[in-house]
Amino acid sequence: MPEKPKLASKAAAISRKHAAERGALIPVLQELQEEEGYLKPESLAEVSEQLKIPLSSIYGVATFYAQFRLEQPGKNIIQICSGTACHVKGSKKVLEEFEKELGIKAGETTQDKKFTLLSVRCFGACALGPIIKVNDDIYSSVAAGQAKGIIAKYGDKK
Amino acid sequence: MTALVFRIGVGTCGLSAGAAEVRRALEETLAAEGAAKSGSTVKGVGCLGLCFAEPLVEVGGVLYGRVKPEDARLIAKAALEGEAVAAKALAKRDKCVLKGAEKVPPLSSQPFWALQFRDAFENCGVVDPKSIDDCIAAGGYEGLRKALKLKPAEVVAQVKAVGLRGRGGAGFPTAIKWELCAKAPAGEKFAICNADEGDPGAFMNRANLEGDPHKVLEGLIIAGYACGAGKGFVYVRAEKPLAAQSVKTAVEQAQAKGFLGKNILGSGFDFDVEVRLGAGAFVCGEETALIASIEGKRGMPRARPPYPAEHGLWGKPTNINNVETLAHVPNIFRRGAEWFAARGTAKSKGTKVFCMTGKVNNTGAFEVPIGITLRDMVFKIGGGIPNGRKFKAAQSGGPSGGCLPESCLDLQLDYESLNEAGAIMGSGGLVVMDETTCMVDVARYFLAFTQSESCGQCTPCREGTARMLDVLNRIADAKGKATDVEELQRMGRIIRDTSLCGLGQTAPNPVLSTIRYFKGEYGEHVKGKKCAAGACRMGAKK
Repeated sequence: MPEKPKLASKAAAISRKHAAERGALIPVLQELQEEEGYLKPESLAEVSEQLKIPLSSIYGVATFYAQFRLEQPGKNIIQICSGTACHVKGSKKVLEEFEKELGIKAGETTQDKKFTLLSVRCFGACALGPIIKVNDDIYSSVAAGQAKGIIAKYGDKK
Repeated sequence: MTALVFRIGVGTCGLSAGAAEVRRALEETLAAEGAAKSGSTVKGVGCLGLCFAEPLVEVGGVLYGRVKPEDARLIAKAALEGEAVAAKALAKRDKCVLKGAEKVPPLSSQPFWALQFRDAFENCGVVDPKSIDDCIAAGGYEGLRKALKLKPAEVVAQVKAVGLRGRGGAGFPTAIKWELCAKAPAGEKFAICNADEGDPGAFMNRANLEGDPHKVLEGLIIAGYACGAGKGFVYVRAEKPLAAQSVKTAVEQAQAKGFLGKNILGSGFDFDVEVRLGAGAFVCGEETALIASIEGKRGMPRARPPYPAEHGLWGKPTNINNVETLAHVPNIFRRGAEWFAARGTAKSKGTKVFCMTGKVNNTGAFEVPIGITLRDMVFKIGGGIPNGRKFKAAQSGGPSGGCLPESCLDLQLDYESLNEAGAIMGSGGLVVMDETTCMVDVARYFLAFTQSESCGQCTPCREGTARMLDVLNRIADAKGKATDVEELQRMGRIIRDTSLCGLGQTAPNPVLSTIRYFKGEYGEHVKGKKCAAGACRMGAKK
């Protein structure tokens, strides 16, 4: 069992804020991830206690939805769209290039914790594919050969 | 100096293409020129659907496409002098107040515009989605006002009379859903707007919510009234944050104006709306899975019947409509039934937004009368295939749909014709492919998508899609067996017939339809071990 956190934890505060809502679990997990970057085991235990939902059910939900992360992500999150339009326009090659440059596979984080590389579903900006998103910055019509330059922009950030 | 409004598209597409910098350039120029005194302003609007021309700026009736910040400064300075920059203009509206635009082609003469008819999208790219007053000035909430003067049963009857069908995919008659929910025993009922647009290649719901959220909300309120619901939800895909924010703001504004809350417009009808974010599961577009997700559970579909209209959210009667379906509702009341039913086919009235992407010159979201031919879509609206290449196929309906080859170019895009051709209308995604696209790779792509999005609950979908994918991977790796194509067809039929929900039932479609139309290409892969397009891992062996 994870150690019981203090009552003043973010998980407790967020849970209590939504406790009266029906179907509060997903909004709580979303807010928690927004606050803490990912879903920590001790935070989930706290949510379980506050919302009176078995921890097993919470893990069931957290692992079902693609949005939730159970591991700490890198400082920069690179998302490569793998939607149909982007695929047809060559997003697979772009992804492979990022994998090569970073030395990791999609879904992984670099050892220095600087980058997490994700292959994601459609952003809905299909007309401008291949689309990639680094943190909140969007790059459209990305061609093979651009990976290095894009990574360099974020590489030195602490 | 006359007061000018500079409209700039700041939807996701526009922003991806650099609209934020263009907006800043416009604002700086206006400030430097002292334009505020004349009342000229910059207005951030949603998307006109002309994604190929983003960032898009409209001023004084002239539209400028692919605007760079330096162009924006030039355009703004000229406009403030009453002049157009003809060389940079894309088209002009019928009412154009700028001089020097004589040679700019009228928008109404451009096939990508002339063939459209805008109902759901009528205010997208025109109104400021963050301003409810702007939306009201454009006719917003007039339909609600008219609908609330009718009895709920009369509202249902009017929607039934025009034959509105669900725009989310299956084309189920909207009024029948409403009627079922209305006739369920009185008590707590819910109305849900399904904005979990997860079909890769479709973004009309996003564009609708970003560009004119009030129209969708108005449709939801009317649906709630017709069904006797007291509470509504908008379930928005989390990957589309701008759309979610837009509808959240719209809900707050509608509450403040009394379009939501107690006794709406003095009708005695109480209705409120909550926005919920999806968490990234394609299957949640399926209505029973969506309901489970709002309830805070894993988004897994369940067998129907009972339908949500009888047993839905928290076991209560629930009505679920797609964003675009709801966006068509206000005008059925505001402009009337005849107006709505004047377009479309005998079985499917009105318009449908198609998102056309891929290997086509004009990409974007285009609202057209149902029944337009694929040829008109691709070659007139889409302006044909880039780089002088040949049209090969268009995938209609995303991962649940099928491909339409050249022989289907004269097919009418309506629910029935598409089904017969082995595709589906689906949400209206249309991905155009040219001769350099490998159809086996496309089928493999879609199946990999549905396989990873399968919720894993029923065996045919969970195991079947994985086995089909094994076979396709084998073919792509030049290890295909002679019986593989037959095997794919056999498994596809079983999955289609025995899966629990729509995701599984339609998952084999892309494979079955590519086999139907491009069997030769499969043969080349299996027997000849070659991929002419060079997309498969065997490379392009001649």
